[in-house]
Amino acid sequence: MSKEKLVLIGNGMAGVRTLEELLTLAPERYEITVFGAEPYGNYNRILLSPVLAGEKTINDIILNDEQWYRDNQITLYTGKKVVEVNRARRQVIAEDGTVAPYDRLLLATGSNPFIIPVPGNDLPGVVSFRDIHDVNAMLAASQHYRRAVVIGGGLLGLEAANGLLKQGMEVIVVHLLDTLMERQLDKPAAALLKLSLEQRGLKFLMGAQTAAIIGEDRVRGVRFKDGSEVAADLVVMAVGIRPNADLAKKIGLHCERGVIVNDTMQTYDPRVYAVGECVQHRGMSYGLVAPLFEQAKVCANHLAGFGYSRYQGSVTSTKLKVTGIDLFSAGNYIGGEGCEDIVYKDPGHGVYKKLVLKDNKIEGAVLYGDTVDGAWYFQLMRDGTDVSDIRAGLLFGQAHLGDSGHGGQNAVAMMADSAEICGCNGVCKGTIVKAITEKGLFTLDDVRAHTKASASCGSCTGLVEQLLANTVGDYSASSKEKSMCGCTDHSHEKVRKVISEQHLTSIRAVMDFCEWRSADGCAKCRPALNYYLIAAWPNEVRDDYQSRFINERAHANIQKDGTYSVVPRIWGGVTTPAELRAIAEVADKYKVPTVKITGGQRIDLLGVKKEDLPRMWGDLNKAGFVSGHAYGKSLRTVKTCVGSEWCRFGTQDSTGLGIKIEKMTWGSWTPHKFKIAVSGCPRNCAEATIKDYGVVCVDSGYELHVGGNGGIKVRVTDLLCKVTTEEEVMEYCGAFMQVYREEAQYLERTAPWIERVGLSYVKQRVVEDAAGRKELYRRFLESQQQAQVDPWAERAEHGVDRHEFVPLKQVAK
Amino acid sequence: MSSAATVLTMDDWLEVGRLDDIPRLGARVVRTLYGDVAVFRAGDDHVFALDDRCPHKGGPLSQGIVFDHKVACPLHNWCIELNSGCAVAPDEGLARSYPVKVEDGVVYLQLAGARAAH
Repeated sequence: MSKEKLVLIGNGMAGVRTLEELLTLAPERYEITVFGAEPYGNYNRILLSPVLAGEKTINDIILNDEQWYRDNQITLYTGKKVVEVNRARRQVIAEDGTVAPYDRLLLATGSNPFIIPVPGNDLPGVVSFRDIHDVNAMLAASQHYRRAVVIGGGLLGLEAANGLLKQGMEVIVVHLLDTLMERQLDKPAAALLKLSLEQRGLKFLMGAQTAAIIGEDRVRGVRFKDGSEVAADLVVMAVGIRPNADLAKKIGLHCERGVIVNDTMQTYDPRVYAVGECVQHRGMSYGLVAPLFEQAKVCANHLAGFGYSRYQGSVTSTKLKVTGIDLFSAGNYIGGEGCEDIVYKDPGHGVYKKLVLKDNKIEGAVLYGDTVDGAWYFQLMRDGTDVSDIRAGLLFGQAHLGDSGHGGQNAVAMMADSAEICGCNGVCKGTIVKAITEKGLFTLDDVRAHTKASASCGSCTGLVEQLLANTVGDYSASSKEKSMCGCTDHSHEKVRKVISEQHLTSIRAVMDFCEWRSADGCAKCRPALNYYLIAAWPNEVRDDYQSRFINERAHANIQKDGTYSVVPRIWGGVTTPAELRAIAEVADKYKVPTVKITGGQRIDLLGVKKEDLPRMWGDLNKAGFVSGHAYGKSLRTVKTCVGSEWCRFGTQDSTGLGIKIEKMTWGSWTPHKFKIAVSGCPRNCAEATIKDYGVVCVDSGYELHVGGNGGIKVRVTDLLCKVTTEEEVMEYCGAFMQVYREEAQYLERTAPWIERVGLSYVKQRVVEDAAGRKELYRRFLESQQQAQVDPWAERAEHGVDRHEFVPLKQVAK
Repeated sequence: MSSAATVLTMDDWLEVGRLDDIPRLGARVVRTLYGDVAVFRAGDDHVFALDDRCPHKGGPLSQGIVFDHKVACPLHNWCIELNSGCAVAPDEGLARSYPVKVEDGVVYLQLAGARAAH
């Protein structure tokens, strides 16, 4: 069977990205032809500014060289403008008469610079700022001429002006309005920007309306409406771009400002698709990388015949690519009716931050001078997070960047290439930047896959996002809910809802009902589904061990050499000489190479062979031990201090209470690991204020703290409430765990969960709603009836899952 | 387990156990003098055999989560194609694979490669 023919008109970022996506989905489906008006392969247009500024060369910004087209058997016509498409005959016709037939046509004609309709706008020396040709013209002019005027004080104009300044020209920026970058900045931020650019040597003419470009054989100056003039040897028009829909209009496709497409990127002709800046989708046209690439992904999905992906629009943010100027803007940054502004202003340090809130949600943000938290605000904005609980500290940022693992650095621009960004996987700044430019990476997930940076603990995610924004040029994301994994478009929340509403009780049933795309799911979604099912229907669901991570399947922690570690439960951290003797004997008997005291007041036996696990557990069971679940997304330990029994400061029996809590909660599966501590007085020796649930005893009762974390990102707990009896401590504990169990996403610790849903919400569920609390507590205890079976005893005595622990066969030679 | 008194050479098909002894979407280990071989059973009952060492840092692939015809290594989550032993892009690496066949519910391996490699 001969292949279908696909023709791409427009050899730019969006179109070629679509081809790349298509080639991974259906490499054999099409015979592909590409027409490009420019005489180059595909390059990163967003990075033309650094080329003009002399910080990068054209070779640095080439994304696909001609070899790439050859390698993928794509016919590439560069420098050939397409002038006609015969939709009846399905033929594309170029200026030079080249004819290419198609079965599917992809339009990616990009955008055109807007040229102001004034006399003289076609004089030699008047250029726009759109492609390599323009940049070369500007670079050439800067060699021979001195005075440049840039018309347009927006993003593009300022980048052009900065580049020309760097090339040694005297530059005047002419702007129609009195605010620079008025589409991204409010007045105070724009004033700071103007000041900073003036200090670099740029000059500004604000509120100046251009009337004519003057000159005879070449531009000589610019004349304004008020009759004044400035001299110029080069005039750059950078007042905006508009979608290039000329060809689409000519061939009769429905267009408004741009080519109209639906959510599958299809135009009114079902054989014709369109992506990129030429497109108008739900009334919006985009000129930033991330939305274009998202469109590319969706379009490729349909071209490949998969037919399930939808583009639903993007929320974008902007960054000015002028080295040394930090500026971030997103959403509605001006405000308006029903909006409130939170502003931080320190002109002496050149810092300005403004957040616009509406209904307790972030509507927009402008950051100048300190943009470290831009990605975080952007995330909160897209997710529609209620920020009322964190409002007081919101402008001071998330402080998530300087935590453990990267030496306290929190601004990547000034870091050396050799600086380590990802402390887990040892990935340096230079390596990440190189991967982003050489491999054409554009998303956080791409960077994770290729470099492993931010792919383990995630503490450097903010830094990697900054690197992406600085290297690629902008960073924006889709407005849709994040899907669980590549197997489905449904979010965690949707899947959980379906499980409870439809009473689904097996992974297969969930996958069928939600139309999973892969037969077996993947290593990401299956453990999550298994947990959601167990949490929703504890009395009915059969635990699917093959969907559990090995530690939970083998009830021990896998180590780097494939051996396991064994941690018996030591209730509240209190033990006896007899128990210690039993552990010592087990350690001797099984030749355990390392015995270590853990941070959770227990004893870890490391380096155990898998085959030895069941017998070892049997011996530990005989001494009265059960599994410590040190390997699970489950209740880990309840750490205690000695309390009023011995301590001269102790106010309550913290050890006794800790043991009671541990007896109630052990065995419970949770979205992520769950740690508890009980301290006997406010000196807090059990470090209860960095646990998921922490109890601090005081003379008059018990303070209950939630959502703490001592790991990657240290987070101190929030105070939930104060109670007076041990019974209440237990009830609130069970109820809090149950809300977390029922509502958090799999692998989401209580700390980020509380930040996401808000402390007020948790208080409402656990503290204010007394009847609801009792019901949560009841459900918790009910699920514990199934959960509190010692998995070690089942395997040691009753031979459960024997296949897990013995080889299939020993071959003697 | 079957008897160890086998007289086959390493080039011959070696019986290693019954298909039902391997959990679906799981794996078992065959222990040889040349190291462990992981025998996987996919959701569609296809059986595959690979050296039980991830090309990344030597993690035991037999302990990973199996999905479609892939396994995710338990140590750092590299995905390995069960058929070829190749790491899924963008990771790069290869775990040695061995011929497998299933007849009448019995699984056979050809382990010649294991010896040759050592």
